[in-house]
Amino acid sequence: MIDGWEEEVLSVDRVSLAFAGRPVLEDVSFSLGGGAFCGLIGANGSGKTTLLRAILGFETPARGSIRIDRAGGDRRLLSVGYVPQKIALDPFMPLRARDVVALGLDGHRFGLPLPSRQSRSRVDAMLKAVDAERFADQRIGTLSGGYQQRVLIAHALVRQPRLLLLDEPLASLDLRSSAEIVTLLRRFATVHRIAVLLSAHDINPLLGAMDQIVYLANGRAASGATDEVIRTEVLSRLYGYHIDVIRVHGRILVIASDSPGKILTEIAEHPEHVAAVP
Amino acid sequence: MILEPGFFASTPVQIALIVGGGAALVSGVVGVFAVLRGQSFAGHAFADISSSGGAVSFLLGINPLLGFLGMAVIAAGGMELAGARLARERDLVTGIALGAGLGLTALLLYFDVTTRSTTGVAITVMFGSMFSIPASVIPLALAVGGAALAVSAVLYRPLLLASLSPELARVAGVRVRMIGLLQLLVLAFAVALSAVTVGAILSTALLIGPAATALSLTDRPASAIAAAVAIGVGAVWGGILLAYDSFYWTPGHGWPVSFFIVSLVFLFYLLATIQERRRKRRRKAAGCRGGS
Repeated sequence: MIDGWEEEVLSVDRVSLAFAGRPVLEDVSFSLGGGAFCGLIGANGSGKTTLLRAILGFETPARGSIRIDRAGGDRRLLSVGYVPQKIALDPFMPLRARDVVALGLDGHRFGLPLPSRQSRSRVDAMLKAVDAERFADQRIGTLSGGYQQRVLIAHALVRQPRLLLLDEPLASLDLRSSAEIVTLLRRFATVHRIAVLLSAHDINPLLGAMDQIVYLANGRAASGATDEVIRTEVLSRLYGYHIDVIRVHGRILVIASDSPGKILTEIAEHPEHVAAVP
Repeated sequence: MILEPGFFASTPVQIALIVGGGAALVSGVVGVFAVLRGQSFAGHAFADISSSGGAVSFLLGINPLLGFLGMAVIAAGGMELAGARLARERDLVTGIALGAGLGLTALLLYFDVTTRSTTGVAITVMFGSMFSIPASVIPLALAVGGAALAVSAVLYRPLLLASLSPELARVAGVRVRMIGLLQLLVLAFAVALSAVTVGAILSTALLIGPAATALSLTDRPASAIAAAVAIGVGAVWGGILLAYDSFYWTPGHGWPVSFFIVSLVFLFYLLATIQERRRKRRRKAAGCRGGS
């Protein structure tokens, strides 16, 4: 789903993944162009993290190929920013917010850091862009969860990657922080033409911002524009039984039933309940 | 009088100042990373295990630093091979290895006393005797210290990144496993060097104390390293001075240098902690809180 003029950043082509010997995902295909904001939606255990790790190069697909920036191989590492789900951060860690972002700039290089005005201003600009500049000189472990998240996003973006991956960034945030992070990420995607792929188990916080979705269920994936994928026919085919998609006050409810009119479980908030359905 | 006559002219004092100062310098740098990575217990275990090397060096008549270094490096290699990833498992394996090493030391010290009738070896190996360091230690000490500092400088940035998050480091292309192993080796070097000065048991105090003090004073890794070095060198040189002076307090007998050094380290830590608590209380009273 790439506009003709938009350069393709990530291409996942018929990828199948296994984890600990068991198949996790089969025949997943989608592509992202610069400026795309794509939600990777699925229940816990649906393969979201495994797919992200495969894109990062930590897992090798059993089948299919993954290409970033139209080049495969290790060049991909330079074009990707990553925000992991959880980093153990306690208040004793002697790294200020600005130190964490600076490490995103040159932490991979050997030797001692040579402080330069240019790198300092890049770090300052990045902290400002994530609205965390007033915490620049505070230890990262003393910041709230939402602001730690922003600093980690700054760390991931400071080298201007083409692709930004986030693993469940909204999971431990309250509603307001969640909305703020989504707005922030959407702005980065649009303004800097970065392809953003973030995983989540709840569609709703992403609804306004997401223009593309990769929906994982039952070991398979459905991908495309949000309106194309979140439809009864598509999801029913994916899950293998009847799914109703209901829109209420701008929220989406995805409901599984085994006969019309009978509701088994409501999926959107707790898609993991589907696994219990026979 | 603080500076008693003959202080700088005395050869044992000169050797102590050089080797001790070097050990404090290296321990300051390496200690900050050890505390950052939660390796205080591992550092202590390396020191205890290295004591067997120290004991054997007296038995064989070789350079004691070589003995400490050999066993410390073996301890580091063993820890990497054991490959314990989770914190509790690492704690366990470290504790067991530590016990085994000390048991070996007990045996070797017994041999030292019975076969060579060198009295005071146990004290020297465990708690150091800084005024009896042979001059032959100096070249090796400079090499070991220099290597530890050089490797630390080269690994500085990727090690910081990997200590923040091994995952983020991996994404950036850092060879996390390799630099982790190199850092363990550097830790072994630092431990061996400080074991020769303040003994195996107290070497942890020189590794962790100044680093912990520095980390409560500053938020930046670079400043923490500088502060840890300053505090460590200050404690070591101050301890040497006080020990030298103590000859004059109780004529003919001086108190152990390592006692003065560790006391100063502890004193600095107390002062820094008190100051930090006071600062925190002031900040809370002013109503400033970070984040929202």
